Amino acid sequence: MRFVDEFRDAEKARALSAKITSLCEPGRQYKFMEVCGGHTHTIYKHGLEDYLPETITLVHGPGCPVCVIPMGRVDDAISIARQPGVLMTSFGDMMRVPGSGGNFFDSNAEGTNIRMVYSPLDSLKIARQNPDLRVVFMAIGFETTTPSTAMTLLRAEAEGIENFSVFCNHVTIIPAIKAILDSPDLRLDGFIGPGHVSTVIGCRPYEFIARDYGKPVVVAGFEPLDILQSIYMLMVQLSEDRSEVENQYSRVVPWDGNLVALKAINEVMELRPYFEWRGLGFITHSAMRIRDKYAHFDAERTYAIPGLRVADPKACQCGEVLKGVLKPWECKVFGTACTPETPIGTCMVSPEGACAAYYNFGRFSRKRVREASQV
Amino acid sequence: MTTTEREQAVLDRIDRARRRRAKVREERITLSHGAGGKATQTLIEAVFLDAFRNPLLEPLEDAATLTIGDAKLALTTDSFVVSPLFFPGGNIGDLAVNGTVNDLAVSGARPLYLTAGFILEEGFPVEDLLKIVDSMKAAAAAAGVQIVTGDTKVVQRGKADGVYINTAGVGVLTRTGLGVATAKPGDAVLVSGPIGDHGITIMLARGELDIDADLSSDTAPVHDLVAGLLAAVPGVRAMRDATRGGVATILNEIAKAADVAVVVDENAIPVRTEVRGASELLGIDPLYVACEGRIVVVVDGAQADDALAALRSQPLGASAAVIGRVAEDPPGLVLLNTAFGGTRIVDLLVGDPLPRIC
Repeated sequence: MRFVDEFRDAEKARALSAKITSLCEPGRQYKFMEVCGGHTHTIYKHGLEDYLPETITLVHGPGCPVCVIPMGRVDDAISIARQPGVLMTSFGDMMRVPGSGGNFFDSNAEGTNIRMVYSPLDSLKIARQNPDLRVVFMAIGFETTTPSTAMTLLRAEAEGIENFSVFCNHVTIIPAIKAILDSPDLRLDGFIGPGHVSTVIGCRPYEFIARDYGKPVVVAGFEPLDILQSIYMLMVQLSEDRSEVENQYSRVVPWDGNLVALKAINEVMELRPYFEWRGLGFITHSAMRIRDKYAHFDAERTYAIPGLRVADPKACQCGEVLKGVLKPWECKVFGTACTPETPIGTCMVSPEGACAAYYNFGRFSRKRVREASQV
Repeated sequence: MTTTEREQAVLDRIDRARRRRAKVREERITLSHGAGGKATQTLIEAVFLDAFRNPLLEPLEDAATLTIGDAKLALTTDSFVVSPLFFPGGNIGDLAVNGTVNDLAVSGARPLYLTAGFILEEGFPVEDLLKIVDSMKAAAAAAGVQIVTGDTKVVQRGKADGVYINTAGVGVLTRTGLGVATAKPGDAVLVSGPIGDHGITIMLARGELDIDADLSSDTAPVHDLVAGLLAAVPGVRAMRDATRGGVATILNEIAKAADVAVVVDENAIPVRTEVRGASELLGIDPLYVACEGRIVVVVDGAQADDALAALRSQPLGASAAVIGRVAEDPPGLVLLNTAFGGTRIVDLLVGDPLPRIC
């Protein structure tokens, strides 16, 4: 299949793998964080770690939209969905994120109407077709999905649709990366930068990582060869003692981002003073809310929500996993009490979550399998 | 302990947890319980098998095999709630006949008689019912079975979605001793054609995605394909009809029932470009997408070529392929050698991107 197979070519992967290995300094350990959950998914789905020498470790970052939603926000969403005449929509991954009293599926089993959509525009369509229902879109995601929510609100405003609103949970990636860089627990050698976020914000916002923290950043695409090439580019920078922002994903990411999308976001949304992240706590200026001018579309204002902070279950170590301090399997409840069927933490829910990716795709001993296949 | 040893200890602990007796933790039924993945399996084992437990039910094969006097029979049942009722390549009627015919066929039986139960919603157009029944008549004729008894119920508007159909079927066993538990290291795993056509067709037919593709359901009776295979290859160990949950679910059932590893090769698995394309866009894996006329076959490794030739000699098996093999280690797991050249596991499906696929 065109535009897919050429980015999954095993021969090219072997060549890149050899080049990466040749750049490893003897005795040195390398740790790179892939910020984006989409990268984590690709790494596990294609078995990319088989191409890396044992001295290179990939650390999974916080860029999984569903993983960072705190339990209190799920409870808030369910309380909106319980109000009369409400039909709530959200992305499929949200359906299984646990709140304090269960997830959206459980809530639906008790009578709410929460449906999965592929786009906020689908929610608007549902609102248009069902004037008797009050449709609320639970918006989640980083800068990747924020523009589509913004454009949907602008469309709703233009069409004068009154039975539509948005429960806004959009977050921004830079404060999360900064929180990780400032965390004393972790020593990283470089970042595989988020590709889809960068299609919107461009590459400039990462310059402080290279300049102030001296860590190289390579913005990467989502096919396995993209990621392998980005690791190679990081290794080249390290071997030449450089720390710069480079763009591996230039076929999609413009250096300055997408100005039209940024303008749409800025029209309808503004930064919140602070927002709670699952496992990471409150981070200042790390999320978006709807501007006063569009308050009539803001579900947080039109519905009374509890807005309570719900502490994560004690056993859950999602925060450490999101920061890359723990590998998924190092969490105490991983795979036993916490599984994709009955997740305790959000990292086990989304296919982009580090725990779910490891559990679903990587839950075997590579060494043992290699030995077995040699027999 | 080194990191590798610590990781292995965790993996062993997880393996033990997964082998523990299943328990339904939810207070109410959710759509996941019908998805054919882990939740369905838990529901079946913890609720139905627990209550009805007997040696005939226990193997949880596609059909029960019974001995009555001298007769060896296969008995199965299946319900159909597909939405939409009409889709490219078929409708709920031929799906309901083929589904039960196929469950009998892959159990090693020649399908003979079917029952048909209809649950109709008040207001359902008779014209549509006639179309569905016509398709059932044609499908039964094609599969050489007779529909010999049935039942009809009507419920109030809104209490069902048009029509639901249940079929049960009985057939005479022509080959006994088949079953996924008999898979052995060294066996080959085959699939009879491109996978995922039915599921993707249904998803696109719902019209919610604005994706167009020239694709139709693969719903078809596989009894001739199976008969040809069994006649040509004595070393067939098991066959399964890859419906809800797709090929991945069958592979996991083999690994679990026989306590073996199943190793498949991504490059060898036949998938139509349209199915791959739609799956890539929607973020789903064709391995989990339902088929309605495809079988997965486990066969003695030495007879893999014969099995492939037998399948390919029939139109329905023209694109059959050997997709992998059974290995000893790691037991209970399905491993995929990816096209990219890496290795990963293929687990049971957790959630369901597509409810009401059949």
